[in-house]
Amino acid sequence: MSFPWAQHYKPSHPLMVYLDEKLPLPRFVYNAVGAGYPVPRNLNYAWNFGVLAGFCLLIQIVTGIVLAMHYASNAGIAFDSTEHIMRDVNYGWLLRYAHANGASAFFAVVYIHIFRGFFYGSYKPPREMIWLLGVVIFLLMMATAFMGYVLPWGQMSYWGAQVITGLFSAIPLIGGALHTWLLGGFAPGDAALNRFFSLHFLLPFVILGVVILHIWSLHIPGSSNPTGVEVKTESDTVPFHPYYTAKDGFGLGVFLILYCAVVFFAPNQFGHPDNYIPANPMQTPAHIVPEWYFWPFYAILRAFTQDFFIIPAKLMGVLAMFSAILVWFFLPWLDRSPVRSGHYRPLHRKFFWVLVIDVLALGYCGGAPAREPYVMISQVLAIYYFLHFLVILPIVSSLEKPEPLPFSITEAVLGKDDHAVLTA
Amino acid sequence: MIRIFSILVGLFFSAALLFSFGKGAYSYISEPPAATAVNVYHKEPKELALASDGPLGKFDMQQVQRGFQVYTEVCSNCHMLHQVAFRDLKAIGYNDDEVKAIAAKHKIPHYDPKTGEVKNDNGMPTDHFPPVVYGGQGTPPDLSLIAKAREGGPAYIYSVLTGYQDQPADLLAKFPDSKTPDGLHYNPYFANLNIAMPPPLTSDGQVSYKDGTKPTVDQMAQDVAAFLVWTAEPKLENRHQAGWAVLIFLIFATGLAYMAYQNVWAGKKH
Ligand code: HEC
Ligand code: HEM
Repeated sequence: MSFPWAQHYKPSHPLMVYLDEKLPLPRFVYNAVGAGYPVPRNLNYAWNFGVLAGFCLLIQIVTGIVLAMHYASNAGIAFDSTEHIMRDVNYGWLLRYAHANGASAFFAVVYIHIFRGFFYGSYKPPREMIWLLGVVIFLLMMATAFMGYVLPWGQMSYWGAQVITGLFSAIPLIGGALHTWLLGGFAPGDAALNRFFSLHFLLPFVILGVVILHIWSLHIPGSSNPTGVEVKTESDTVPFHPYYTAKDGFGLGVFLILYCAVVFFAPNQFGHPDNYIPANPMQTPAHIVPEWYFWPFYAILRAFTQDFFIIPAKLMGVLAMFSAILVWFFLPWLDRSPVRSGHYRPLHRKFFWVLVIDVLALGYCGGAPAREPYVMISQVLAIYYFLHFLVILPIVSSLEKPEPLPFSITEAVLGKDDHAVLTA
Repeated sequence: MIRIFSILVGLFFSAALLFSFGKGAYSYISEPPAATAVNVYHKEPKELALASDGPLGKFDMQQVQRGFQVYTEVCSNCHMLHQVAFRDLKAIGYNDDEVKAIAAKHKIPHYDPKTGEVKNDNGMPTDHFPPVVYGGQGTPPDLSLIAKAREGGPAYIYSVLTGYQDQPADLLAKFPDSKTPDGLHYNPYFANLNIAMPPPLTSDGQVSYKDGTKPTVDQMAQDVAAFLVWTAEPKLENRHQAGWAVLIFLIFATGLAYMAYQNVWAGKKH
């Protein structure tokens, strides 16, 4: 669906006319990301990150498929096979660094995409389904990234797998059996490595499927915008092509410059040195830490150091870590403010920035060794995290008085001058 | 309804965290973590500048070859170089005959398909550096990737090699339990201060360089660190070169994209 003033696809070339009759793919593209899709004219750069996330997914799939042609998912040779890729495969070093840093780039982009949603209230009706699918994507991304990190079978791969699968053993009654079943053994080994490889190959395509649903459901209400005021008239919009293809193209260029600078000049910056040591089940690394994009959640996991009534500390940590993401599912119903955009919500806006700082600081603590004072700091930060989503957000709308909204996007852009509106 | 439930869940997690925090803070105040010999005496790696540093970095092949000589004459008694094949040495300036000669100095088990026997005979360029048997204390790690497997990389290797010293007297005065155990060696750059590796580079002139460089301990340590950067990242030069080509292209293309973007939006207020 689209707005009534959307331009119509009119093929002129006989081949296109023929194709439109038999397989209207060009029509589909025209209506999805072409001139046939009207988009708010006032989107800022925060709206570039969805397309960038899609591009990251593409990078990961393409580099991943080629890597899989050379990788061996056998615990005895997995480490050496990655080194074989780095040394003997033509441009293998590029593939591997592009893939490893591609994961980092993907998460960086998606975090900005998600926080854009927090600030602009993008999760609110009518876009709650887009948001829910987004959270599903994020969970799938985390699973994919975790299993991918295990594949090179270095020390951090092995011990990360040990710690994360160990979380399942915290589940009462069935935990131990579940843990063994998931790993295919009592500790990570060949069985675990093989299934992780298989799933790591599969999941990106599942993500791709959910991304298609995500964008499908986006195209029903269309994008929101920085004012949060819905599109009312044609002058509120511009056709996606050429306006946003041009803007997204420029954004993609900037992204690629940053990404390639890392891939070519600092490819190990975001990795952990210990993963260049082959997995050794007999030697625990001094600090087991996941990749940076898991740090905030890892800090929450480790913040629970005491049993709470009958609930063991470890189980509390696991519950809290998963809840920290699962609360996002409920945002559309927890935040009751009729106003979407943080620009017009004086209190919500302040709490948003506190949350940003809180999550960055949690990330810092999650990457630090599990000792004081980091644990105490993460405890305070984690308290804010939960209060933010579960207590503050639900009541802040009753406490704040939103600032006056513009009547329309056009008014926000052009000012209250009727003449300007008419001729825009 | 959902909001009441959510507030309760929020308070539940907060209470559990507050409880953990309270207990942690109490024991932090009542028994502040004691200083250990490691957190007082451990040192960060020294500065080391290598030709391969930075985005324009290239290997100094002379130095890498000297480092290879140090590895061969000293380190290879204890350390493997499993990821490196003899043929790879061509990349640091050895020709085919030299590579063959280097390979032939190593005994490597080869499977003979005609007889079904496995025989230890001379290494070939396609072989990798063979395993090393070590009987002393500790486990010498494989050195192929060591420059990427330690925080600080080459600077760390250089610091460990040149960082051996007697255990400071004030350390023993402050931490009487932290005396370096027998068979280990005090080295403030090593994570736990006591390393099992006996000082490998002990005297100037331990190897004799053919290119006239003076083989001081410091020089040998730098050279072997440079060599280990190469073993860890043999494609470093290709990466830097390709990187510049890619970046220059991208900056150009992004400039065009920016102009296209400005052009498309010209006159459209947004
Ligand atoms: C006599 C045997 C021996 C020789 C010769 C030797 N090493 Fe070692 N090396 C060891 C042992 C044993 C360890 C393990 C130390 C430990 O874990 O405490 C080690 C560890 C190391 C480490 C790792 C330290 C760490 O952070 O874990 C490096 C780097 C290293 N050696 C480099 C070298 C270099 C370079 C040379 C040649 C100049 C060399 N070694 C010569 C025995 C040796
Ligand atoms: C593979 C990962 C993802 C891809 C490829 C992707 C793609 C996109 C694209 C192309 C858009 C439209 C452009 C834009 O608004 O930036 C979009 C919008 C949106 N996405 Fe995502 N997304 C991903 C993950 C997520 C996640 C994890 C969330 C939230 C948890 C999310 C929530 C949203 C929302 C709410 C919108 C509508 C925003 C608005 O119109 O204001 N997305 N997504």
